[in-house]
Amino acid sequence: MASGPREKFDNPVVEWIDSRLPVFTLMNKEYGVFPTPKNFNYFWNFGAIAMFMLVTMIVSGIVLAMHYTANVGMAFDSVERIMRDVNGGWLIRYIHMNGASFFFIAVFIHMFRGMYYGSYKQPRELLWILGVVIFLLMMATAFMGYVLPWGQMSYWGATVITNLFSAIPLVGEKIVTLLWGGFSVDNPTLNRFFALHYLMPFVIFAVVFLHVWALHVTGSNNPAGIEPKTKKDTLPFHPYYTMKDTFGLLVFIIVYALFVFYAPDYLGHPDNYTPANPLVTPAHIVPEWYFLPFYAMLRAITFDIGIPFTDITIISAKLGGVLTMFGSIALLILLPWLDTHPIRSARYRPLFRTFLLLFVVVFVFLGYVGSQPADATLGPLPLSVFGLLGTAYYYGFFLVILPWLSKNEKGRDLPASIHESVLG
Amino acid sequence: MKTTILSLMVLSLMAFSVPVMASGDVEHPPHQHWHFNGMTGQFDKAAMQRGLKVYREVCSACHSMKRVAYRNLVDLGYTEDQVKNIAAEYTVTDGPNDEGEMFDRPARPSDHFVSPYPNENAAKAVNNGALPPDLSLIVKARHDGPNYVFGILTGYEEPPHGHELLPGQNWNKYMPGHVIAMAPPLSDGVVAYDDGSPQTVEQYAHDVVNFLVWAADPYLEARKRLGISVLIFLLVFTGIMYSVKKKIWSDVH
Ligand code: HEC
Ligand code: HEM
Repeated sequence: MASGPREKFDNPVVEWIDSRLPVFTLMNKEYGVFPTPKNFNYFWNFGAIAMFMLVTMIVSGIVLAMHYTANVGMAFDSVERIMRDVNGGWLIRYIHMNGASFFFIAVFIHMFRGMYYGSYKQPRELLWILGVVIFLLMMATAFMGYVLPWGQMSYWGATVITNLFSAIPLVGEKIVTLLWGGFSVDNPTLNRFFALHYLMPFVIFAVVFLHVWALHVTGSNNPAGIEPKTKKDTLPFHPYYTMKDTFGLLVFIIVYALFVFYAPDYLGHPDNYTPANPLVTPAHIVPEWYFLPFYAMLRAITFDIGIPFTDITIISAKLGGVLTMFGSIALLILLPWLDTHPIRSARYRPLFRTFLLLFVVVFVFLGYVGSQPADATLGPLPLSVFGLLGTAYYYGFFLVILPWLSKNEKGRDLPASIHESVLG
Repeated sequence: MKTTILSLMVLSLMAFSVPVMASGDVEHPPHQHWHFNGMTGQFDKAAMQRGLKVYREVCSACHSMKRVAYRNLVDLGYTEDQVKNIAAEYTVTDGPNDEGEMFDRPARPSDHFVSPYPNENAAKAVNNGALPPDLSLIVKARHDGPNYVFGILTGYEEPPHGHELLPGQNWNKYMPGHVIAMAPPLSDGVVAYDDGSPQTVEQYAHDVVNFLVWAADPYLEARKRLGISVLIFLLVFTGIMYSVKKKIWSDVH
């Protein structure tokens, strides 16, 4: 890395280090003079924001871990001790608790940006896939983190979600036993979840490194979705984007701070302030908000799929739900090959844009469906019908609409260059 | 484009406000005015002191508050000596001493609130099988906690026609499912106030909620105060960065 010819630095200390280990050359190349399209809008801030959130989560998490006890008899109490008796403990915990939500907000917007402007298309497929891997790792990390305070929702959420794996044919039960470390969610489960919850963010960090490396090979996409051609199309990353990113990040932090200081429990569930009790099932088990759309897809499959007119079941409702949920993420990985339209940016693909925005609306609506009790109704119809419809659109968008549009959408004329697209 | 995105976002948010009837309709407790609400919200110490009195004289017969220590009561405006005296009114079991015996002694400020029952089974045995929950976190453990607890304490009614209650059951407007094992704990005049505040169920409920909110979230006031400083700092810093960004970009646009 950066071991080719090198320019000298004026500062003798910097020069001494750099001639032995060219970190300053590397930083300057990748973050100083790095040519960056000049037409970014604020959607391009969210990568940097996600990076900030990852660091925030790791730092606040390590401090929490210094005071936390991973034992079913003590976990809830240790968290309450952090809230009451550890100096500044309440602040650290609220930063971490709400940080998870804001990390997901940043990453959802970041992913939307990628979809809207076609950043997943050739040559950025691997960059996109690494992003989806990060997203999966984040979900696993957040799920295990939510178990740690050992409240009612921790316990019952863990029970419901780990039980899903039992739907997998043949090995399902074995996997569940492995996850639990026993025959139910109990102390061994809590201990392994804590160990993994501590580990995974560092794995995420490593994948983010690959993600950014891949980004610096292809260079960034941009709102016009066309590659930079001349020097007129780009700006050096510093100071243009360092300053713009800092400003955008601060706006994001303001919203985050409003939650940390004025509504710290708003995004959480009150039941998690009741210690876990295996004998009392909460009236309504719901995951954290960022899982709700996926949870809705899980619950949308309420019927067994079998051979018609026989009672042979091929896929039970439970397995169907699990496949639907995980499949929804597998589709994200396949996205670069489902949408093969030559135009990247939705700006120049009005049909794609309409269907994509509808996709966002459906996704948010699925989140709503996921938040409601299983027997809820909307008007005269059971809500699960809408869950199924939403799921159908989600799948249809990827498997039908995108391939169809790839062949049939004409699209608008692209601007000749980024420079021209800015001029209007 | 922006407007389309925006209107779609608004539409999808509106989906959340469509009334959905879940099973077992529950009435939402009315909103009370609370001193601790809002960005500059503060604890009402006089109300909290009265609330402590209500807790000590009524609720503590059945409900523990294990996460609160007597030393924490300085937050309500008591002096260290007053706290010592309050603690000393309770007895805790300590030990073993040098002879290996457990012994009783008056509670000290460092002790946590003494529980009414030795364990959960004992608590259930006395309360028709229902467990009076620990109240330390009760306002955080319920949706819209302060209004909800106020609602429970003031929401007792005769059951509507056709609803038979078993012995030990009571009808409460705001309890999910309406049936609650707790008999109405408050009635006018049960607790004597010496500061001239009205001795009514409403006032008791209001005071004890103030106390319980503090118990669940003792740093509420500190949090809101720190929040103001943090926000002022962030707003100024953001303003500066905005102008820096604008200046740097002025030669591009
Ligand atoms: C005679 C015993 C007794 C007294 C005194 C008492 N409670 Fe209770 N309380 C109970 C029992 C038993 C329950 C459990 C009710 C149930 O689960 O149906 C309960 C439940 C509660 C609940 C929870 C309701 C829910 O949502 O589950 C709250 C809040 C509460 N009590 C507050 C108070 C307050 C405040 C006081 C003092 C003003 C008080 N209680 C006095 C016995 C008592
Ligand atoms: C830990 C979470 C993540 C971090 C820290 C992170 C970080 C970054 C950063 C710093 C950039 C460059 C700035 C930008 O273009 O916004 C970037 C670009 C990108 N990220 Fe991520 N990312 C994360 C998660 C994801 C996820 C979950 C996806 C998608 C599934 C994704 C897809 C992309 C794509 C496609 C680009 C290139 C965008 C373009 O050039 O238009 N990222 N990421």
